[in-house]
Amino acid sequence: MIATLLVIVQVVVATAITPLLLGVMRQVRARMEGRVGPGVLQPYRDVRKLLAKEPLRADGSSGVLIAAPLVLLVSSLMVVALVPLVTTANIPAVPNDLFVVVSILLIGTVALALLGLDAGTAFGGMGSSRHMMIAALVEPTVLMSVYALSIPVGSSTLSKIVVARGADVTRVVTPAGLLAVVALVVVVLAETGRLPVDNPSTHLELTMIHESMILESGGRDLAWLEVGSWLRLTALLGLVVNLALPWGLADSAQPLAVLVAVVAFIVKLLVAGALVAAAEVFMAKVRLFKVPELLAGSFVLAFLAVTASYLAG
Amino acid sequence: MNHLSVTRDELAGVATTLLEDGNRLALVAAHEDPHGFRIVYVFLGADRTELSISMPRDDAWLPSLAAICYPAGRFEREIRDLYGIKAKDHPLPHRLVRHAHWPTGWHPMLSGAGPMPDVAGPASYPFLQVEGDGVYEIPVGPIHAGLIEPGHFRFSVVGETILRMKARLWFVHRGVEKHAEGRSLDDVLALTERISGDTAVGHSLAYVMAVEEALGITVSDDARLIRAQLLECERIYNHVADLGAIVNDAAFSIVAAHTGRLREQLLRHNEDVTGHRLLRGAITIGGAQLRRPVDVDLIAGVVRDAIELAHTAMGHSVVADRMHTTAVLRADQVRHMGVLGYVARASGVAVDARADQPFVDLGPSFHVVSESDGDVWARFLMRVREIEVSAAVLSDLSERLASRCGETVAAPLGTGSGFGVVEAWRGSLCHRVEVADGLVTRLKVVDPSWFNWPALPQALTDTIVPDFPLANKSFNLSYAGNDL
Repeated sequence: MIATLLVIVQVVVATAITPLLLGVMRQVRARMEGRVGPGVLQPYRDVRKLLAKEPLRADGSSGVLIAAPLVLLVSSLMVVALVPLVTTANIPAVPNDLFVVVSILLIGTVALALLGLDAGTAFGGMGSSRHMMIAALVEPTVLMSVYALSIPVGSSTLSKIVVARGADVTRVVTPAGLLAVVALVVVVLAETGRLPVDNPSTHLELTMIHESMILESGGRDLAWLEVGSWLRLTALLGLVVNLALPWGLADSAQPLAVLVAVVAFIVKLLVAGALVAAAEVFMAKVRLFKVPELLAGSFVLAFLAVTASYLAG
Repeated sequence: MNHLSVTRDELAGVATTLLEDGNRLALVAAHEDPHGFRIVYVFLGADRTELSISMPRDDAWLPSLAAICYPAGRFEREIRDLYGIKAKDHPLPHRLVRHAHWPTGWHPMLSGAGPMPDVAGPASYPFLQVEGDGVYEIPVGPIHAGLIEPGHFRFSVVGETILRMKARLWFVHRGVEKHAEGRSLDDVLALTERISGDTAVGHSLAYVMAVEEALGITVSDDARLIRAQLLECERIYNHVADLGAIVNDAAFSIVAAHTGRLREQLLRHNEDVTGHRLLRGAITIGGAQLRRPVDVDLIAGVVRDAIELAHTAMGHSVVADRMHTTAVLRADQVRHMGVLGYVARASGVAVDARADQPFVDLGPSFHVVSESDGDVWARFLMRVREIEVSAAVLSDLSERLASRCGETVAAPLGTGSGFGVVEAWRGSLCHRVEVADGLVTRLKVVDPSWFNWPALPQALTDTIVPDFPLANKSFNLSYAGNDL
């Protein structure tokens, strides 16, 4: 019961803060580039605007155009509920196991790819094919890097890994731990469509990955797609910061502990988002055929992390 | 200038000799005379040669030069669409300017054409279908996601590699040349400034030079210097904007944000100097007048900043990787298609009207820069090097002008025909006018984009789809200048 309550708090906080995360990232980037920027609250206004609009759907499109946004949103909410962001407690019925989380992420990925194909436009199909190429390269690295972190703990349950790392600082700064976190950062950026793999702010259809799949969606459908995609960023970025800085998470329902956990999570997430945005200012988008090289590099890091974990015992 | 009247049988022979002597075909214009049609071919080289052919109305056809000169084939298709004069034995006798939904047999440049009839049904424009395993088509445009002009691109792609790209343009035929007919010289001047917003100086200057030749007006040295300055100002503000736009397509947006700022400084300077942000209004027939002298220090500062930004981008390994070896245009393709401007110079073909057909001595700082690789990198570098030269030329010209701002002169009425060519920022741009008693009877405009558009698909061989925007931006061709 208490665990469920804590998870509900986590989902509510993470969902509420997600548009702010995007707003902060965009504003940091704008300011660093010398632009005024729309303000950190703009994503809230965008979602409100889109939710008030009726969705228009292309002729000949099927139910996928209606269902996929909801599937993406629900899968993202489930990931947000499972990953240890605010609390290390988890719902007893669903293990927040690494493999469960990756599988649920994949449900959202497939829903997006089907959505891109559904309207039958060339851009959507192109985006879906690029999206699946990246997903196929990203998933093994996610598994490998979190696996490397799970070896010292002896469990693939994410919350246990975070708790164990929090209890013993020396685990955080091991070579294996650092390698795994770096590998994870790279794939999180690829998975959530950030630079240098995808450019979330482009208007050029031919270069798009994520954006070209959702070109045919509008109104409420688009709002759910945007929120669903942003929640993935919150969940994955939150997971990375909690693996790197595994402190402050609530394990009981004490009001003070929960409050500290919420504040700690928000600060960690927004700072991490600001750092990602700041790094993006210095980045350009790599040639599409160089993306596999980049992701192969991160896979090698993850693989080294696994090896190092075994060697370090 | 040589003017030759030739018969239709002699044309191919004379044209071949001219082309072999190193001339290039700059312009072909059809004219509707009371008793028939007259076609004028302008060849540019060390000297200018105008060939003209006359033909009766009931026997209107042209011998096609498409086999010996690629651009001629396109001019012939344009003439067929606008005047209904067919080119005999043309290898590609399809519509060019006229969209498929334009009525058959309606040729807008003919005097009796009248307003455009209603469009009948949806247009069909068959594209060559590339067949094979895994080949698919991507249609892009004519309405694009950015604020750009309309053009339809049909890509045949396998995986991500472009097999073939066909550009379908001419969505916005405005009838500029038709509109000019029967109007006063000053009205047409205002019209030419508006042919393409980013080339106001290039078009209006080519036009006034053509009019001055037609009417035998001599232009003062000061006016020539001021015109050269305006041309360089236009080059600088467009190149600076391009530097940011190209890099922005590799998602390195900080450079674009700052070149946007620099461009704004230049546009405000334009407004101070001419009263218009796009440099309209300063060039007049027979003269040129500024509100105040060009601020060379400000421009030199902006150019310095722009070059620094460009070097930031070029020093970025990912941006450099995106630009190197992307969309290569070879020198032989450039020569074959008659490509002009920085696109040609980036491939090692140093055509530049400032050196080849100068109207003023630009001073010791001027030299034509060129690159050899013909990729996006070379076209990017061309802009960097050209604005450096332009800033130095502006400073030299400014010293010779010594703060004089020029003056306007009253244009005489008269009759005649003339030709003007200038190196606008995109490349050599020419106008040919015929004037009768102070009214324009025929204006023919040839923007460098007319020559350069066919080169874009050629450069895309072995390019991948996500690199197309980068390649396209490095060409930065005009739709409005191409589609009059």
